[in-house]
Amino acid sequence: MRETYGAVLPEISLTDLTGSLIVVEGTDGVGRSTQIDLLKPWLEQQGRAVLDTGITRSELAGKGIKQAKEGHTLGRITLTLFYATDFADRLENEIVPALRAGFVVLTDRYIYSLIARAMVRGIDSAWIHNVYSFALKPDAVFYLRIGVDDLVPRVVFSRGFDYWESGMDLHTSEDMFESFRKYQSSLLQQFDVLAQEYNFEVIDASASARTVFEQLRSGIARVLSGEPREPLFAVQSSDAPADEIHARKGVDTPVENELEQDVLK
Amino acid sequence: MKRYGEHRFPGKLFVVEGIDGSGKSTQLSLLYQWLKSEGYGVVFSEWNSSPLVRDITKRGKKKHMLTPSTFSLIHATDFADRMEHSIIPLLKAGAVVLCDRYIYTAFARDVVRGMDAKWVRELYNFAVKPTVPFYFRVPLQVAMKRLITGRNGFKFYESGMDLGLSEDPEESFKLFQARIIEEYEKMMPEFEITVVDATLPIETQQAQMRQVVKSKLAQAKRLRVAP
Repeated sequence: MRETYGAVLPEISLTDLTGSLIVVEGTDGVGRSTQIDLLKPWLEQQGRAVLDTGITRSELAGKGIKQAKEGHTLGRITLTLFYATDFADRLENEIVPALRAGFVVLTDRYIYSLIARAMVRGIDSAWIHNVYSFALKPDAVFYLRIGVDDLVPRVVFSRGFDYWESGMDLHTSEDMFESFRKYQSSLLQQFDVLAQEYNFEVIDASASARTVFEQLRSGIARVLSGEPREPLFAVQSSDAPADEIHARKGVDTPVENELEQDVLK
Repeated sequence: MKRYGEHRFPGKLFVVEGIDGSGKSTQLSLLYQWLKSEGYGVVFSEWNSSPLVRDITKRGKKKHMLTPSTFSLIHATDFADRMEHSIIPLLKAGAVVLCDRYIYTAFARDVVRGMDAKWVRELYNFAVKPTVPFYFRVPLQVAMKRLITGRNGFKFYESGMDLGLSEDPEESFKLFQARIIEEYEKMMPEFEITVVDATLPIETQQAQMRQVVKSKLAQAKRLRVAP
């Protein structure tokens, strides 16, 4: 039977949630969506039904959150609870039905990003943990970890600085670059705390997209085959050739190698 | 972030709780008039908060999209907005703030809908503790008699239709309110709520309420604004 982090919602029966819940976490601009775009077809080619979902996309509150962020009018607790509403809506209406139907649910962020953001904004830790205690425990959390120095060029040279990703609402600096560095640094610190607390599998996201994908893929293959986690997976060198990693992991198959060529070309 | 507890703001916060038809809103308006005539700076903090949260709640209710958890969280969001943008600034400014319904309404409704009692109480930890919370205790039959004449029809969530207690809105309303009363009663000792017998004449209830409020305002002379 699946578990939650504490409270159980009346709408959710925890039995028969036979699918797999896999979380890809990481800060803004670290490449999560790129990876999910690669992972989804890879899983589908193996005949698995995949639901990909992400935060602030619920039917109930998704639009409202976007509007609120445009106007910047909500207080910190209010915005935090708005996110929680959105999360609950998605959990009940998307994630749980998909798990019940045996899907692989691939979620771009989960409660951890929401907790980290709230904590950086001075929200009480025990309180925010309680709010999200109704969340289902996932089968695995892959955390794409990056240092702020590696993060900056990625963000700047792709889409530029964003008000919220730079934590401008915290008013730590008038300068967006300075503010971005400060905000993302404290966010990354929070993520490191959460990584310990929730036992994330850490992947070095400063490596190439291909390397990150290979690590994610072998991690997910392991989760789906029900094999136990290897304790040292987290610190696996990211610049080793792919074949070596696969040989060590022993989870690759010739079929997957073919698929890999398709996906990565 | 402030945890639930005695606030240190100069203002005072009085809230009324009770089921629909308990007469709590009537009593609060009478209290408002009296405080005003006594020269206090007194403000109602209304439920309808930011248009944004309100619109989402309205839409969710209209489309029957709300489950117990989203019902609970969207109302907490709305309450947080009031807390951050209305109640706390008013208390800081030294106002006497009056609220028709407060966190106890959420505790009762959400728990009846199956949410975990402890979780809901923790959820509202950011709320300021009222100077005095009043509960207007009334038997369901009395409240129903008052309501039948005063309204046309019962709304979906208000009558707890989402719980599937009965197909008939009036019957569902009754069953739902009976459960709400049970939850309220559990809170009386837990939160030191002042109980008013809401079957007494209106003037008698008001006199009791004023006496309690007066005792809390004795040391708050500076809250008077009129000459």
